[in-house]
Amino acid sequence: MAEVASKGAPNASSDEPVLEVENLKKHFPIQSGVLKRTTGHVYAVDGVSFAIGEGRTLGLVGESGCGKSTVGRTAMRLLEPTDGSIKLSGVDVTHLSKKELRPYRRQMQIIFQDPFSSLNPRMTAGEIVKEPLYIHDIGDNKSRQEMTKALFDRVGLRQAQMNNYPHQFSGGQRQRIGIARALSLNPKLIVGDEPVSALDVSIQAQVINLMMDLQEEMNVAYLFIAHDLAVVEHISDDVAVMYLGRIVEFADKKTLFTNPQHPYTEALLSAAPIPDPTVRRDKVILQGDVPSPINPPKGCHFHTRCPYATDQCRIEEPVLKDLGGGHTVACHLR
Amino acid sequence: MAIKPIDHAAELSKAGAGVESRLGKAWFLAKSYPLGAVGLILFLGLLFTGIFADVLAPMDPVKTNAETSLQGPGGQHMLGADMMGRDLLSRIIHGARISLAVGLGSTILGCSLGVIVGLASGYLLGWFDLITQRIIDIMQALPLLVMALVMAASLGPSLENTVIAISIPLVPHVARVIRSNTLSLREMPFVEAAKAIGMSETRIAVKHVLPNTLAPLIVLATAQLGSAILTEASLSFLGLGIPEPHASWGRMLSESAAEYVRTAPWLVIFPGIAISLAVFGANLLGDAVRDILDPRQRS
Repeated sequence: MAEVASKGAPNASSDEPVLEVENLKKHFPIQSGVLKRTTGHVYAVDGVSFAIGEGRTLGLVGESGCGKSTVGRTAMRLLEPTDGSIKLSGVDVTHLSKKELRPYRRQMQIIFQDPFSSLNPRMTAGEIVKEPLYIHDIGDNKSRQEMTKALFDRVGLRQAQMNNYPHQFSGGQRQRIGIARALSLNPKLIVGDEPVSALDVSIQAQVINLMMDLQEEMNVAYLFIAHDLAVVEHISDDVAVMYLGRIVEFADKKTLFTNPQHPYTEALLSAAPIPDPTVRRDKVILQGDVPSPINPPKGCHFHTRCPYATDQCRIEEPVLKDLGGGHTVACHLR
Repeated sequence: MAIKPIDHAAELSKAGAGVESRLGKAWFLAKSYPLGAVGLILFLGLLFTGIFADVLAPMDPVKTNAETSLQGPGGQHMLGADMMGRDLLSRIIHGARISLAVGLGSTILGCSLGVIVGLASGYLLGWFDLITQRIIDIMQALPLLVMALVMAASLGPSLENTVIAISIPLVPHVARVIRSNTLSLREMPFVEAAKAIGMSETRIAVKHVLPNTLAPLIVLATAQLGSAILTEASLSFLGLGIPEPHASWGRMLSESAAEYVRTAPWLVIFPGIAISLAVFGANLLGDAVRDILDPRQRS
């Protein structure tokens, strides 16, 4: 794989974060009528900033529909950002054309949630893993075959399985194929879009551990999108909590799980089950549903469900405040 | 593993020695898909007949003979003779050439054009999609035969023009099916993964989207083969298809259907059987090919 590393896209200095996203916005227009006039927007991602260092893992959590997957896809430029900037190792890739972006694609890869639809059913596992090498013109036919074999070994699949088709694998094995495909280009960053949510709990652990081993070996950074807090706690270095298109709290894993500051984080943590039936605790139970991202509430997005909301929260939008030690929270009350 | 996968390669090697060879593989497939094998034999048989018609036909298919007009099967003419005393068997054998050329030619041409239009339309979307879909709407509003008639009339009667005339009305059907499949496939995560890899859009469309639209395409194409042969009959009947005196199954059928079905039924039955066999064979073969090409369907 050394060969792969040496032919990468132009690199900036190594102390730059692998991925730096600033004020990222993604608004989907709502079109209606025969003339397809834009009548509104879905504010899926509304000003998100974060950075991931080399070999680190940022866990991005939040409930369904809060925009966490959109953040991942927009950061990968699979969706065009409405506003903000995306920097890969210090290089601004926000406005690069498809062609210009191509060498940078090698630095960032994605693993999908659904192991069934993320692999082309008409290609063999070997072809799927080998294809990125072909696209980026890495090695010749023979060396690509060798690299593919090595990748299969690395993700814990047998080389003999290279000729099998996706439907002949189980969910966990398919996810390993997806991981091998993402790894084939030796990326610096892998976006995991709920990579284990669709798997059985026992398989989840295997895949998570595989991802962590690979991180150690290859020093790859993860943007790990999930809604399962236990999984996020296990794999992440830092955790960002999203609510309705914005990050409401960001801290290292330990701080966030032991000392949550945002009322939403508190509620989220208290909703996660503790695997000990004797533990009793006060649960913060939120009332109501998440408001529509088409028409998000004014002020703090969370005020409609926050038990501590004040008049200020209903009018003024809170900014992320640094509480020290890299712990930031967007709440007027802290 | 939730479902025990069927290991194609292992099954192959289990089937015995010599399986690695091409012939062995073909035999294995034939055993797995007996109906497909029947279809293939039928189809190849007809193709063979068409290609070697000159050698196989016992008589000259265009030689008229007033004495044997409307003679029944048996005797001098094995399958009987038509009203001009031409040998029916020879005409059917020669008809295979024209009917299969028209059927296969127009189906392949129509499907290829339809795939290109449908794939581009579903993948590119935007104004290209809008315009092509409206054109297709207009084309679909006309019955297949009417459109083929207009095409044939403007192009003039000949084999090539007949093929073109029959293939064009097929394009909108294929394009619609391929487009709708493309629309759903382009949103699949494996297409997104291909984009994340940095693959060009053309390659994604051809390599990742197109192969997954094969199943409905094959069904459509095999069904269309029969209707193409019959459309040619209608065109020929109206004097817009293959010019006389060349034999084609469709015309043999349509010419005699009204007049001689009571008095000389063999003129209707035998060309009818020939058409049925071709369509039947193509359908069986198509179903098997669809299954064989789909890794999920292999058994």
